[in-house]
Parts: sequence; C-alpha cells; structure tokens
Amino acid sequence: MAETGAGQDSRGQALAARLRRNRWLLAAAFVAVIAVYSFDGASIYVLLPALALLAAAAMVPADAERRSTDTGAAIEASGLQRLSGEYLAAAVADPLIIFDHSAAMVHANAAAFAAFGGLAPGMSLALKFRAPEMQALLDGILSGEVAADVVDYTEKLPVERTYRVSASTVGHATGLYVLVFKDQSETRRIDRMRADFIANASHELRTPLASIAGFIETLRGPARNDPAARDQFLQIMQNQTGRMARLIDDLLSLSRLEMKPYLRPGTAVDLRQTIDSVIDSLGPLASENGIIIERDFIDGPVSVPGDRDELFQVFENLLENACKYGQSGGRVTVSIARVEDGQDPGIDVTIRDYGPGIAEEHIPRITERFYRVDVENSRTQKGTGLGLSIVKHILSRHNARLSIKSEVGKGAAFTVHLPAR
Amino acid sequence: MQSVHTVSAYDEELKFLSKRIAAMGGHAERMVEQAVAALVNVDHGLAQKVIQDDIVLDEGQREIDDKAIIIIARRQPMATDLREIVGAIRISADIERVGDLGKNVAKRVASVDGRQPNSLFRGIEALANLALTQLKEVLDVYASRSVERIGFVRDRDDQIDAMYTSLFRELLTYMMEDPRNITPCTHLLFCAKNIERIGDHATNIAETIYYIVTGDQMPAERPKGDKTDKVVLPGTVPAK
Ligand SMILES: Nc1ncnc2c1ncn2[C@@H]1O[C@H](COP(=O)(O)OP(=O)(O)OP(=O)(O)O)[C@@H](O)[C@H]1O
Ligand SMILES: [Mg+2]
Repeated sequence: MAETGAGQDSRGQALAARLRRNRWLLAAAFVAVIAVYSFDGASIYVLLPALALLAAAAMVPADAERRSTDTGAAIEASGLQRLSGEYLAAAVADPLIIFDHSAAMVHANAAAFAAFGGLAPGMSLALKFRAPEMQALLDGILSGEVAADVVDYTEKLPVERTYRVSASTVGHATGLYVLVFKDQSETRRIDRMRADFIANASHELRTPLASIAGFIETLRGPARNDPAARDQFLQIMQNQTGRMARLIDDLLSLSRLEMKPYLRPGTAVDLRQTIDSVIDSLGPLASENGIIIERDFIDGPVSVPGDRDELFQVFENLLENACKYGQSGGRVTVSIARVEDGQDPGIDVTIRDYGPGIAEEHIPRITERFYRVDVENSRTQKGTGLGLSIVKHILSRHNARLSIKSEVGKGAAFTVHLPAR
Repeated sequence: MQSVHTVSAYDEELKFLSKRIAAMGGHAERMVEQAVAALVNVDHGLAQKVIQDDIVLDEGQREIDDKAIIIIARRQPMATDLREIVGAIRISADIERVGDLGKNVAKRVASVDGRQPNSLFRGIEALANLALTQLKEVLDVYASRSVERIGFVRDRDDQIDAMYTSLFRELLTYMMEDPRNITPCTHLLFCAKNIERIGDHATNIAETIYYIVTGDQMPAERPKGDKTDKVVLPGTVPAK
C-alpha cells in the first residue's frame, strides 16, 4: 500500500495520507448510508454519489489543516471530524464487522459481539463464517469481482437465526470492507411457528378428541339410560377438555417463546420473592398431594437480571413436577445458593424431590416436546409434556443452565443456574 | 526485503490451509444439517442433494493433503508450523469422515417412511443438534484458537453418549413391539449411530486443535463423579 512512487507531488501524498487517516470516517459514513437504505432494493450505484460527497468532505479539511498547520484549530471546525468510526459503528443497531483484504477482522460493533460469540480483532472471518454462502460472499468481495453483494445466511445453532448479509468495499482503496447483518429471523419464525403450531396441536389434540367422541357415542347409545355410567363418562370428558385447554395454553406460550429467543435486556428480578410466591401459589397442590415444601435460602438479597414472569413460570413448572411426580417422597426442598467460584458465578436454585426419580435413559430426553416418561402417569396428572420444554426455552433466553440429577428410587434434583452478570 | 517476501508467501500458504479447512467444515456442517432435515421430513430430494454434495469434501481433503505435503517439502517447517500443517491434514480427514457419515444418513432416508413415532424423530433431531453444536463450537475454536475453554468438548461428548443410549433403548422397544418396525428402526438406529460418531470426530478435531496450539495432548477425561445420572441443558455457547 505504501508503495507510492517518489515522483508524486506532495499535495497528492498529503491527500492520500488524509484519506488514509480518515478511513474510519469513510468506513463509518459508508455504513451509515447503507444502514439508512437498509438494502431496500437500493442499487449500489445510488449510493456512489453520496460516497463521493463524503469522500470530498473528508478531503476538504486536509487542505485547511495544511494551510494552518500549527494552529490545528481547523480540525475543530467540522463536527463530523471528531466523530470516530467506532462511534458510528456503535450507533448502527445491526451487527457490523469491518475487515481487511485478508478477511481479518479490524473492528466489530457491540451488536456483532452480542450476536456472534468468539469474535476478536485479527481473527479471520473466513474461519468464523463457514457456511458456503458466506464463503462465496467473502471470496467475491475480496477478489474484487464485485464491489457489493448481498446473501441470506442462516445459523441453525444455538438458536435459528436468519440474516440478510451485505458485504461492501469501503470507499476507494482503503483496503477495508464491511459486513452488515440484517436480522430476518422474526418473519421466518412466525411462518415456522404457524406450521409447527398446527402440526403439534392437531397431533396432540387428536387423542383426547377421539376419546370424547367415543364417550358421546356411548352416551347416546348403550349408556343412554344408565345414570351412574353417564356421570362417570361426563367426568372423563371434562378431564379431557381440561387437558385440551391446557395443551393449547402451553403450545401458545411455547410458540411465543420460540418467536423471540432473545430476551430484551431485562430488569433485576428478586429471586427470593419470586420463589416465595411460586411456593405460595402451589400450596394447594402440595397439600393435596401430602407434600411438605422446605426452604433452604441463603441470606441477603438475591437478584438476577431477567424477566420475572418467565422465571416464575420456570420455577412453577419445576415445583409442580416435583409435587406431582415426587408425591411418594412426601417432601420437596427448594434451595437458593450462591456460586462464587468457577467460570460463571451466579445463583443456583435447586428443586429436589424424594420420589421415584428418573431413569438414566430418560434424563437427556425429558425436555423434548411431549416427552413423557410414563405416559399414563403423566396423563392422570393432567400433564401435556410441554412443561420442561418451556422451562428450557426460557432458560436459554436467560443464558442459564438446567442440570438434572437423579438416582432411581431416591428422587430427582433440578438445578437452575442463573448467571449473575 | 527478500526474506520478508518469502515469509509472507509462506504465511499465505499456511493461511490457505486454514481457510480451506474452514470451508470444508462449513460444507460438512451444512451436509449434516440437511441430512437430518431430510430424514426427519422424509425429503428424498434433499437427501439426494446431500449425497451429491459429498464429493466436494473428498476434493477438499485431497487438495489439503497435496498442499500440505508440498509445503513440508519446500519449507521444511519447524515445530509450530509443522504442527499446524500436520494438524490440517488430520482435521481435514476428520471433516471428510463427517461428510461420509452425513451422506450415509441421507442414503437411509429412502428406507424410512416417516410412520415411525414422532418422538423418535424428535430424539434424532435433538441428538443431531448436540453433535452439530459440538462441531460448530470446535470449528469456532479453530478460528479463535481459544483452546483454554475447550473443556466443553468433554461435557458435551458425555451428553451425546447419554442421548444416544436413550434413543437406542427406545428404538429397541419399538422393534420388539412389532416386527414390522424392525427394518425402518434398524435404519434409524444406524442414523443415530452415525450422528453420534459425528460428535466423536468433532472431539478428535478438538484434540488436534489443542495439539496444534499448545503442543500437548488435550487433558484426558476427568474421573467420573458421583453415581447419580446427570445432564446439563442447554449446551450454551462458550462465549468469548
Ligand atoms: N421431579 C420429577 N420426577 C420424576 N419424573 C419427572 C419429574 N419431573 C418431570 N418428570 C417426567 O418428565 C416428564 C416431562 O415433564 P414436563 O413437565 O415436561 O411435562 P408434564 O409434567 O407431563 O406436563 P406439563 O408440565 O406440561 O403439564 C413428565 O411427564 C415426567 O414423566
Ligand atoms: Mg410438568
């Protein structure tokens, strides 16, 4: 890059230096323009005049600076001048990464760090974004075949996200390039959610519906004049409709969670108070099942960042399961502990029951939708098999972990680890 | 000036290897993803595509082997670089195997009719998600070289084993219930086995990366703890 011939006039060199010093400004300005256009079909050629203008703006102060070299006051003259590229990049809400001709990352804004773990300056983007379409995008732009390009890029794990990614060269001969990621996941997810909801709901509602239809037939036929049987059948039908209603509620709440796998930066949640009210709300179920709930809380205030209603739902599901499936143990302990050491300090909430426990082969599976260890037992407990998948979803939104420990015959312990940060 | 020039050309050659590995990795990740999607949705067209895509990985591996041998012969690299080059040969072989396993899953789509219980397909999907997360995070470490956090590999390996064992038992139950299930369930069993082995190859890659960066072997498995059965969900990303 610094191989400029000695014959060039000094003015040209100063300009070039100016441009180089201003490459951040140019990069940022370019990006801002892109962000404004948001890829809404705006051709890159529309942007070129704007770019030229910005380049001119970046050069003008160079002259001014040269004319009054010792004062340096001219620099203050332009407001844009003091604006660093980093600030501008930070002002863009979408993930944005600036890189050089070898695909090494030069700068990324906070949104990019949040969206893609493991970014670091100097790291090769070609190694990080390995999907074939991203490789093609980077190759195309770095080889100079195209000045700008757009692809759709889907990341399946840890949660599915779809981006429309635009890559462009920054200015002329700055040696810098930029990637901007526009998140399109929401629209995709709404489509998927509809399809999934219908598939799941129709599949799971078929069984209770079939049984209700069967009982209606019996009531109108053979059992028409049998009051005892009628009462019994109506009771069963009522249970089934109750189950169907619950199923729909659960499916809806799961779908809502799946639509927004990322939590908006939440407020602090008072865990002690939240868990106390979960215990209160499940008091009736516990005493009905002959269960005593014991508390083992640390002293002092316990708060974590998160969404109170969602965390309430997590502990409600876990405690409800402990009361239902751990009934034979007669007691359930709820403990709150602080974890200071280790890689991620935070709060551990453990809900332990002393019932039959869960066999080894089922433990990895029970957070899957509709997975029930003992379908009959779960049905009599009015379970739908969605409780733990809701728990899992909420926890991954909170960057939290669920560990399940169990020894058959001795009970089960569900520990939620919430990071303190 | 001349020596600087040579070194940078050499650097370029090394960079070429790692870039090629990443591209192969991305291709393999995509193949496995699509193979599992084809299986779960019984999508014969997609399965066919995966089968044809495998050739790209074979080529990639051959190219890396050739290139690596030329570099070794011409540059006579010393410790760190030599590890990098030999590591690239090993990793590309593992990735090529991952592609083969994905292709094998895709081939079995023809023998599964989708009438098997939903819970089986959900289980296979969950197993595949674990294996793919393992592969993704390992290849991310290849990009970032942050081997100090590579301990997650062992934990997830255990999770994959537990999940596979659970699926295995469920499949056996279905086979015993009804002999007509035996053929399709056998195919599903092999699919699950293949996916579990994809996880193993990811672990191999992690070990190679650790060796490339540190020159040491990755610490062996911790002794098994208490007798209780345990699982940790969800496998969060080892950020940073
Ligand atoms: N504490 C526990 N002890 C033993 N088995 C449990 C325990 N908690 C959950 N399980 C098993 O895991 C399965 C899944 O639990 P989950 O909460 O997801 O569904 P559910 O309780 O059946 O329905 P829902 O919570 O939607 O009403 C249960 O059916 C049960 O077999
Ligand atoms: Mg439940």
